[in-house]
Amino acid sequence: MITPFSYLIASVCFIIALQALSSPKHARRGNAIGAFGMLVAVVGTLILNDIITYKWIVPGLILGSLIGASMSIWIPMTKMPERIALSHAFGGLAAALVGVSEYHHLGAEISRFTTAALGLEVFLGFLTFTGSLMAFGKLQGILPGSPITYKGQNASNIALFVIALVLLVLVVLDPSRSLLFYAMGVIGFAVGILFVIPIGGADMPVVISLLNSYAGLAAAATGFALNNYVLIIAGALDGTSGLLLSLKMSQAMNRSFANVLFGAFGKVAAPAAGTGPAVGAATNYNQATVEEAVGVMEAAQSLIVVPGYGMAVSQAQHTVRELAQILEGRGAAVKYAIHPVAGRMPGHMNVLLAEANVPYDQLFDLDDINDEFARTDAVLVVGANDVVNPAAKTNPGSPIYGMPVFNVEQARAVIVLKRSFNPGFAGIENDLFGKPNTMMVLGDAKKTLREITTHLKGEG
Amino acid sequence: MSNELLFGLYVFVLAGFLGHHVIHRVPPLLHTPLMAGTNAISGISLVGSLVAAGAEYGTLSTILGFIAVTCATINTVGGFLITDRMLRMFKKRKDDRVARGGRS
Repeated sequence: MITPFSYLIASVCFIIALQALSSPKHARRGNAIGAFGMLVAVVGTLILNDIITYKWIVPGLILGSLIGASMSIWIPMTKMPERIALSHAFGGLAAALVGVSEYHHLGAEISRFTTAALGLEVFLGFLTFTGSLMAFGKLQGILPGSPITYKGQNASNIALFVIALVLLVLVVLDPSRSLLFYAMGVIGFAVGILFVIPIGGADMPVVISLLNSYAGLAAAATGFALNNYVLIIAGALDGTSGLLLSLKMSQAMNRSFANVLFGAFGKVAAPAAGTGPAVGAATNYNQATVEEAVGVMEAAQSLIVVPGYGMAVSQAQHTVRELAQILEGRGAAVKYAIHPVAGRMPGHMNVLLAEANVPYDQLFDLDDINDEFARTDAVLVVGANDVVNPAAKTNPGSPIYGMPVFNVEQARAVIVLKRSFNPGFAGIENDLFGKPNTMMVLGDAKKTLREITTHLKGEG
Repeated sequence: MSNELLFGLYVFVLAGFLGHHVIHRVPPLLHTPLMAGTNAISGISLVGSLVAAGAEYGTLSTILGFIAVTCATINTVGGFLITDRMLRMFKKRKDDRVARGGRS
């Protein structure tokens, strides 16, 4: 009786934890309540009569706690997408292994329904495991970030999916076909790899969210197999959360889900952009020196910072904050404009800026700030590219046409910090760089920002 | 269809709707902590792993259970810790100066 009750408490705690995330004020307390719920569920499980020995449980708990804690305490915030991808991999693996263990243990007594649930669990679990490892590899730079494509890729991927489905049906019809059951797991393993390799780095926010969703669904399937409601509830919450996030991310790029998953964006986009009218604009880029940028900033009464993945790469968030502070000290109003897909995961930029002690009431969403650019003296673009490309509004030939972007070109002056004139990640020309009110300052964002702040300090 | 299954499906569908409602209200500001937090919560598969590792079903089950316990613990412990670490950083302008302790 105690154990199911502990699961009920845990379920309530998890819901409270997610509810508290609606505002940064109470979110931290909510998270603590969620952790408490987890503790209750674990203790409630450990007292079960089924558990005969702690010989393997205790070392597993200690080892997992040590790895988990060290992965969380020392990892830099800029590595958060990699960290999240890895944890999805662990979650998927855990679910898959529990599924295999349960199937193996139940043997002949297994019911059809349990077989179906275990099959889904193992398939989704292995898929999440390898898919997340691939995402991790791409984010970390172990694998090439650009899409890996080959002929018949989508067709063969879909075929694999169908085979897995057929295997599942066959196993459910006769649960003793264990070979087919394990074959399905192996296909899940392969599908995870094959589905993620054609997806480009800039689409990672969608993929990571989707893998989050799969990890949740695998947990829910475990719940069905073990007839455990807390697993079903937690899995359903995690599943909807991931799904909702990935839909939001797709919307923020004005692309359908299917297009992100099967479009191999970046690879096909590059030649398409090459034929677009934006080509040749390169000669008109207005390159500026640090001194010129300083001049604009000194005169600005209002500044909006638009950060992108480049800020994370050069770890420039603290320097951005320092610059903003200097300008605020001179009486300028500073705001930050955060695009939903800036960076490599949902909310990536917010976390980095929060780390640099930027108060969150200075961070604004696309819809909340987009009308303000027209009234703004200066915009500072730090390592962002596609999200400030006006071609998304004006050029129907552009691969990102229709994507909601910031109206930065409406500001009086735009300073773009960029490493080189090369097109951004997706290989798309940026019309912004050719506008007369745009100043391009080339070089590492952090280094350039340092020079700017030194100038401002010296003269102020 | 067995009652158990039906009951499970009810729970799943209702929890999904509830999740949709709750998650919809999470601002984009907190999307990364949301992912980390749901990840920690999905580490609840730990309860399944514990049984697999401790019930002495056989060597294979025990080994798989042990690995699963380790992985799921990494997720729960690590997930809640890193969510807390992130949430600690989000501050409003007012408490900002206090928190920085007069630095720079």
